[in-house]
Amino acid sequence: MSMKESTVSALTLTTLLGLMIISGPGLCEATAKPVLYKLPSEVAAFKPGPNLEVVQNNCTACHSADYVQTQPRGPKFKEDFWRAEVTKMIKIYGAPIDEADVGKIVDYLAQTY
Amino acid sequence: MIDRRSLIKQSGAAIAALGAGIAAPSAGAFAAAVALPFDNGQRPLVKYPEKRPMIGVTSRPPQLETPFSAFNGKVITPNDAFFVRYHLADIPLSIDPNTFAVVIKGKVGNPLRLSLATIKKLPAVNIVAVNQCSGNSRGFFEPRVAGGQLGNGAMGNARWMGVPLKTILDMAGVQGTARQVTFNGMDGPVSERTPDFIKALDIDHARDGEVMLAYSMNGANLPFLNGFPLRLVVPGYYGTYWVKHLNEITVIDNVFDGFWMKTAYRIPDNECNCVEPGSAPKGTIPINRFKVRSFITSVADGANLKAGETVLRGIAFDGGKGIKSVALSSDGGKTWAQARLGTDLGKYSFREWLLPISLPAGAHELKVRATSNSGEVQPMEPLWNGAGYLRNVVETVRVIST
Repeated sequence: MSMKESTVSALTLTTLLGLMIISGPGLCEATAKPVLYKLPSEVAAFKPGPNLEVVQNNCTACHSADYVQTQPRGPKFKEDFWRAEVTKMIKIYGAPIDEADVGKIVDYLAQTY
Repeated sequence: MIDRRSLIKQSGAAIAALGAGIAAPSAGAFAAAVALPFDNGQRPLVKYPEKRPMIGVTSRPPQLETPFSAFNGKVITPNDAFFVRYHLADIPLSIDPNTFAVVIKGKVGNPLRLSLATIKKLPAVNIVAVNQCSGNSRGFFEPRVAGGQLGNGAMGNARWMGVPLKTILDMAGVQGTARQVTFNGMDGPVSERTPDFIKALDIDHARDGEVMLAYSMNGANLPFLNGFPLRLVVPGYYGTYWVKHLNEITVIDNVFDGFWMKTAYRIPDNECNCVEPGSAPKGTIPINRFKVRSFITSVADGANLKAGETVLRGIAFDGGKGIKSVALSSDGGKTWAQARLGTDLGKYSFREWLLPISLPAGAHELKVRATSNSGEVQPMEPLWNGAGYLRNVVETVRVIST
């Protein structure tokens, strides 16, 4: 099937479905339907470590694990660094983290990353 | 600099299938990676709808960095290569351009609700302007700092088309007491306790005729992740102000005190906007205009070149005065030669430069240094601030000629 044919048939299909999925330039104005965007599935995961479950329960509601994974490493980026980050999440971003979990999360982050 | 060498490891014929009506391919179907040149710089190359394989910074909310090779020979950054930066994870995934509207409210005589169709009927303007993340190049900070660990690819240059914000503010009739204008988009926080992403500009800046509500980028609709169907364009200013999916404009008679202005995106309030590495500033101000920068785009760091004549090419830009000159050094900064500047697409655009040079066999340290029309020059040594903003040191590319 040529590209043109596949575009036309897909347009027909999306019209039938009553939706428009983002697929390339120029198609959006052709219909009076919402434009949908489908994000790829999330693959980043927290590494195994102590209190992993506590971390998953508290951190993943608002952001993916790669936010943690990509941070600088080394002796200057251990407990103090991670405690400051967790505190920022609570104080600035309003993360509903129980006081009892804070130490566990900091321990996990400092030991695992 | 970043991935232009053979750092790309691809698993197979994965870039296929940008057909119509696609869902996103599963990330696992595209097992490729790059290594940004700083510690812990491994990143996946990820495939999102409307985008070419991009450097995946984070997935929720999505943050995508442009592979640096996209800047080679391209003064305009293609839409499918343009970087993506969100702050909060509740991003819109369904937008109906036929019902989309932006409201203009607050200290105005005539509050408005303008549909996209109405906005597109107003007299349009075009501007070529760079958008650059405040934290572009943060991964190179030494000592390292927390935040998005970006290489140099959180920038791009596009031709934006839209309506001057001034036009819309004039339609709404700004009251005499107005001091600032705030901007909110459809993206928001997951928790109601997280501050919504709202930015502010001073009223005179908002009415300068250049700040724009853009619905077109390089002749096409905005890509979804770049703010479809309408975003703020603030020429010369860091990307934090370029609010995406813009649907709420509020004129206020005070200085906006929301988190994303009052606490975040602040820079040291001194001449260099910098502090001694590891220290805190005495006072801060909101981040504003770009610092002058330049890059070599035709040769990657670590490249092998044929000895003899070669033409170096690259880009330079600043916060809106325009580029006066670009100088190159092939001996680590001891001597400099003036590059020839390419076509001028406007004072907010990338400015191309090129310079034929002769490199004898051996190792060479190439440096590029731009000067703006205001006389601002890139520093030879990096300036530091705790948030990892404003990086603009003279870049160095090491090559070996044989």
